[in-house]
Amino acid sequence: MIFGLPVISIAIWLPIIFGILVLSTGDDRNAGLARVLAMVGSVLGFLVTIPLYTGFVRETSEMQFVEMHAWITRFNIHYTLGVDGISVLFILLTAFFTPIVVLAGWKVIEKRVSQYMASFLIMSGIMIGVFAALDAVLFYVFWEAMLIPMFLIIGVWGGQNRVYAAVKFFLYTLLGSLLMLIALIYLYNQSGGSFSILDFHQVALPMTAQILIFIAFFFAFAVKVPMFPVHTWLPDAHVEAPTGGSVILAAIMLKVGAYGFIRFSMPIVPDASHKLAGVMIALSLIAVVYIGLVALTQTDMKKLVAYSSISHMGFVTLGLFIFNAYGIEGGLLQMISHGFVSGALFLCIGVLYDRMHSRNIADYGGVANSMPVFAAFFMLFAMANSGLPGTSGFVGEFMVILGAVKANFWYAFAAASTLIFGAAYTLWMYKRVIFGAVANAHVAKLTDLTMREKAIFTILAITVLGMGLYPLPFSEIMHVSVNDLLVHVARSKLP
Amino acid sequence: MDLMTKLMPAGAEIFLLIMACVILIADLLIKQNSRMVTFLLVQLTLLGCSLITVGTHTQGVTYAFGGMFVDDLMSDVLKLLTYLTVAMMLVYSRQYLTVRGLFSGEFMVLALFAMLGMMVMISANHFLTLYLGLELLSLSLYAMVALQRDSAIATEAAMKYFILGALASGLLLYGMSMLYGATGSLELGVVSSSILSGEANQTLLVFGLAFVVSGLAFKLGAVPFHMWVPDVYHGAPTAMTMLIGSAPKLAAFAFVSRILVEGLQPLVHHWSGMLAILAIASMAIGNITAIAQTNIKRMLAYSTIAHMGFMLLGLISGGIEGYGAAMFYAVIYVLMSLGAFGMIMLLSREGFEADSLSDFKGLAQRSPWLAFLMLLLMFSMAGVPPTVGFYAKFSVLNAVVQSGHVWLAVTAVLFSLIGAFYYLRVVKLMYFDQPESHSPIVFGQDTVLLISVNGLGVLLLGLLPSSLMSVCAVSVQQSLLVH
Repeated sequence: MIFGLPVISIAIWLPIIFGILVLSTGDDRNAGLARVLAMVGSVLGFLVTIPLYTGFVRETSEMQFVEMHAWITRFNIHYTLGVDGISVLFILLTAFFTPIVVLAGWKVIEKRVSQYMASFLIMSGIMIGVFAALDAVLFYVFWEAMLIPMFLIIGVWGGQNRVYAAVKFFLYTLLGSLLMLIALIYLYNQSGGSFSILDFHQVALPMTAQILIFIAFFFAFAVKVPMFPVHTWLPDAHVEAPTGGSVILAAIMLKVGAYGFIRFSMPIVPDASHKLAGVMIALSLIAVVYIGLVALTQTDMKKLVAYSSISHMGFVTLGLFIFNAYGIEGGLLQMISHGFVSGALFLCIGVLYDRMHSRNIADYGGVANSMPVFAAFFMLFAMANSGLPGTSGFVGEFMVILGAVKANFWYAFAAASTLIFGAAYTLWMYKRVIFGAVANAHVAKLTDLTMREKAIFTILAITVLGMGLYPLPFSEIMHVSVNDLLVHVARSKLP
Repeated sequence: MDLMTKLMPAGAEIFLLIMACVILIADLLIKQNSRMVTFLLVQLTLLGCSLITVGTHTQGVTYAFGGMFVDDLMSDVLKLLTYLTVAMMLVYSRQYLTVRGLFSGEFMVLALFAMLGMMVMISANHFLTLYLGLELLSLSLYAMVALQRDSAIATEAAMKYFILGALASGLLLYGMSMLYGATGSLELGVVSSSILSGEANQTLLVFGLAFVVSGLAFKLGAVPFHMWVPDVYHGAPTAMTMLIGSAPKLAAFAFVSRILVEGLQPLVHHWSGMLAILAIASMAIGNITAIAQTNIKRMLAYSTIAHMGFMLLGLISGGIEGYGAAMFYAVIYVLMSLGAFGMIMLLSREGFEADSLSDFKGLAQRSPWLAFLMLLLMFSMAGVPPTVGFYAKFSVLNAVVQSGHVWLAVTAVLFSLIGAFYYLRVVKLMYFDQPESHSPIVFGQDTVLLISVNGLGVLLLGLLPSSLMSVCAVSVQQSLLVH
């Protein structure tokens, strides 16, 4: 607590309250007011999360800024919030991206502006709630509530095939969540009537139960990550979502899946996690290599970046399930970096799409001639996506590969192939879109970035380069918590 | 004086009966264009009933009429909720019925008699009282469905409802007579202790139980005894559908739990197996068939079947957890179905029933507020937090897992996943599609206010479900489990 204020609650509810305010501005006659309110709300929402970083005590793995109130007494459910070194960065990341998507949708979204802006604000609050919840039911409520605004964002403001994508997204994620719910209820009964996640960490469980719980969690989290073979909703959802939706999906929503593995699967069922680590690693490597190859063949830019996301997230899950400090820290850093980079890439594609109304690589060529500034920014983010040293993309991948070498040389060998595939699909796309002769009259008439777009990309470029050159502020804060997690995971919970 | 105290537990029922008769006669003197007077009288009667129920509330369990009638916390809570539901139903349907020329004294008086039947069911402690309440409710409902005489589809629905309902009543009576033969009593407590003593003929008991459970399943609309539900929901005027689909579910919960938990608890291992089959079949058929519907009333009918299956899971699990969860589920279901049918009536106008799914197309553009409320109701029915429907499912699942039937919980969530699809489709129609008609939605201030309270209630109870959950658990604990 800082000055006795419930910082996390404010971070959750402030954007939601602003979201409701924005909604109340009504129809598109007041669109201007809705935009301004949304901007104010999202910036304030980001500012209030900063004390979480500055006031964070780095020397302990205990939960900090803890708030606890009785909520549903009948089932001993509490409104418990708190952060540790693992979750704090994701809260900042979430709050950081909300003003960016508001800005990105400033001009482009013309119909139902207030509903669009409000959806993002409300979703921002809900996602912070997912990262901060320390009570399993509270977590579940935030986790599921996240689906509703995203469903609407894809379905209302999405592209051609939006309805199919929205429904597929919803049902896929709901299936996983419902199985997780049963696992949580089972744990509640085993833990002697507590829904606290930290209490779940202490429950002794026989192997069969651990494996079944692991599978239930796997469905919930793997769908969100998404891991091979439950990844097929992601390309559809990304392609059909509006730019802001894609950014939030890639930058934040995929992270809640990996976060779930760290907060739930690994500490609650450590023995099953060790036992099934081989499967997890295999699936991760398939994602890295196979999905990397799939990305190479894409003709749609958004689809390409979507597949690239799956491949990069494979890196994250690989890092988690090799159970060493390099792997887990690398995975976490990779998640944050991927947030910035994939967000930036989707914004780049959004910039092109707003002008040309096409995502087809074949429709472009020679964009550098008409949009030089844009080409420079795009270059930086493409390089970061392929893991060039000096950009944020490199740090996490390098650490995961280091960790993988320690576990097994061949894991590292397969994983390192991403440095080649990643560079291949990203840079090849970049070359076809940006370089070469001007493809057609439309490209020739393109206008370069506006001030608003420049501002967005400058901020993102600074973070991507900053994190690449000096990752310490990101890694030091998670250090103690990661080590504590490893100690915990190494301890068997078999009765 | 002595008589008065003896009659106290049934005070609300007696008051309601008197008022219903008074209104029936008074209504003869009221002209059609001042039917509001009758309406207000009915609402006042409901208010009076709730005051009496609150006023005559006593700690513990009180019996009346020689043990045929019981007054306990559960009955008081359920009765209060029933008054509220019927009052809401009347407000929702006033405008709808007025434009169709059905806003008559008969409608309101029949609704009151139906409610009296529900109250008797809720408070019954004797097979005959249960049956009496059930028949009073059913006969009033048959007549209400048939009230729209010139509509072929409504008449057909009424016929089906009547014939199948009579069949179910027959089954129930037959089962009761067997139980009477085996135990020598019709009073629930005596039946229970007589079975426990082990002197009753087991074969006869089990046969009787099978008939009773079939009869109950008919009334609940559980698969395979569900055939009447979609036809009646579809055929009846929406106001009647709303009455059939809401308050009687509360009475049905009381009815089923009184018979099975209070009366036939010693046979629990027999009936819980039967209920498990009914529950799974209902969830399966209800959820899967609902997908194929194009009429929203039929869709909601199948959704009711699935919801009743889910509620039965709570009864199977047993204990305060299970019965409390089932009661909570029933209450929440009633709240949601009131909202959903209310929305259908709100969108209907003279000569037009908004009962096809396509009538919801583009509602978000025609009226963002109504669309938002319907969105909340649909997500709540699908069981997605932060709406209250989630906690209803959650508490039932918790009871199921606690009783050790994890596989049953997994089956239930898989079927609710299928169910989520058709609720989502309504949201999709409202938000993603373009409207087919741009005719303005005309509605009274009172209905809009009520549906707003109803829709937001679903959200608010979802954020703070604690107290209602506790009320259900405590009333079950102080009523069902003390006998």
